[in-house]
Amino acid sequence: MSWKKISLVFLLLIILVYTCFPFYWAIVSALKKAGTGTFIVEYWPSEPVLKNFIYVLNRPAFGSTFFNSFLVSTLTVLFCLLIALTASYALGRIQFKGRTVLLLGILGTSMFPQVAILSGMFELVRSLGVYNTYQGLIMSYVVFSLPFTVWILTAFIRDLPIEIEEAAMVDGANSYVILFKVFLPLMWPAMVTTGILAFIGAWNEFLFALTLTISPEVTTLPVFMASFRGESEFEIPWPNIMAASVLVTIPVLIVVLIFQNRIVKGLTAGAVKG
Amino acid sequence: MAKIQRTKLSKERIRSAWIFLTPMFICLAVVAIYPLITTINYSFTDARLGDLYNYNYVGWFHYETLFFYDEWWWVSVKNTFIFSFFSVFFETIIGVTFALILNNNMPARGIVRAAILIPWAIPTIVNAKMFQWMFNQQFGVFNEILMDLSIISEPIAFLAYPDSSMAAAIIVDVWKTTPFITLLTLAALQMIPTDIYESTRIDGVSSWKVFWNITLPLIKPTLVIAIIFRTLDALRVFDLLYVLTTNSRETASMSVYARQWLVDFMEVGQGSAASTLLFAFLTIATILYLIITKTSFDRQGVY
Repeated sequence: MSWKKISLVFLLLIILVYTCFPFYWAIVSALKKAGTGTFIVEYWPSEPVLKNFIYVLNRPAFGSTFFNSFLVSTLTVLFCLLIALTASYALGRIQFKGRTVLLLGILGTSMFPQVAILSGMFELVRSLGVYNTYQGLIMSYVVFSLPFTVWILTAFIRDLPIEIEEAAMVDGANSYVILFKVFLPLMWPAMVTTGILAFIGAWNEFLFALTLTISPEVTTLPVFMASFRGESEFEIPWPNIMAASVLVTIPVLIVVLIFQNRIVKGLTAGAVKG
Repeated sequence: MAKIQRTKLSKERIRSAWIFLTPMFICLAVVAIYPLITTINYSFTDARLGDLYNYNYVGWFHYETLFFYDEWWWVSVKNTFIFSFFSVFFETIIGVTFALILNNNMPARGIVRAAILIPWAIPTIVNAKMFQWMFNQQFGVFNEILMDLSIISEPIAFLAYPDSSMAAAIIVDVWKTTPFITLLTLAALQMIPTDIYESTRIDGVSSWKVFWNITLPLIKPTLVIAIIFRTLDALRVFDLLYVLTTNSRETASMSVYARQWLVDFMEVGQGSAASTLLFAFLTIATILYLIITKTSFDRQGVY
């Protein structure tokens, strides 16, 4: 092995430590037997135990907020994909006046600070009687998920080969036929990628969930995490909290590792060209 | 004849384009435009959280308070800018460095590229908790490492002081968002044709010069976009500071400040004014961003 190779491997190891150590440390801490009072820093757990994980899994609020997060994120993504499908086709494939402005407006909306509409959203949710309900939460999630979904999906649709569409147009197909019969079958990969990215965004959302929901029957995992106190009132039981951290993260990590190529493609499609 | 048919066809297409966009317009009008207008309206009233429907208009009162009387607002403005500047600065340097390393051909690159996604995927709340624990004074691993290396002689309570808390928050944010910069830079690097480098290899130009004069200009358009994306994102930071520094006033960002007034102090008017100012500021920043990217659209001719 040349020196260049050796130094590259060394640099790769540094990157691995940088990216993995905090999560590794959370796992190690979660496997500790003792509470915080007698905690000893060890880089490898000498007597790993699962009691912290079992403690968290037995919290009723963990199960219910996990389910809520899953339900709310899934429904938000499905709704946004449905609305974004036709919108992105129009933005990606049809030349019309004001398209660029519209596209830039959508990008702007996706960068909009959530707090800018917090009191208005609170009022809207209260007026519609959906405070502390799934519907209210999903409604607020559409604000950031929909523009994001439209933006990424448009970037993908634009890249599909033009010949398909031209052939259909020569045959005299109208836009509806082209979209639903010609494009839809080709768009599943793009929709899956966009859906995963939007799902992660919704899964990790905190501000709206914190403000628009109040009970563990409705609220989401990040809110559970933020208020999780563990088994003792007098000290902060870090091994419990780390076990909860690991459990909250694992579903996202599985999705990310399975779909890593798609995620990288989606992230770069939205930005490298946009 | 063909021309008439084409215009007829494109007219049909333009009409259907607007029909296709209608559901999105309706959704955004309800969930974005309406709440935005409501928030701006509230910023001129004395509305309180307990009763959102009975209020009086107070003119520019809240804005005057923010500008002239509330030092905490200016603390939050300062915090937001310090956080955004240092976070974006360091994550860009680290992110680009990682991308340059990963751009080399070598075994196990796939594993590292997957590992790079981990910080990006972990929910911010979890990041905040993980780092709170690592920064812990008594049992934190950072104190342990620094003590082992004899850099410090006594454990530091990193999260007990505003300045070190802010530094800690920046470290956590840099850690979380480096992958974004790395992945975008890597995508840009892989689009550079390799033969560009060949002539420099023959001439024996130093690799720093190659990076500065050849690579950097080629990845610059992507990097500029990534930096602007990240800056706009950092300017609205909420979750991290709310949890890591436990909603403290000393380290509040503009978003945290606005929510404190809205929810904790129940003063919807004052909170809405802060929200509106943040919105106005970010709108200006976004428009600047759009102007920059629009010129790059034209130059590349992609659109």
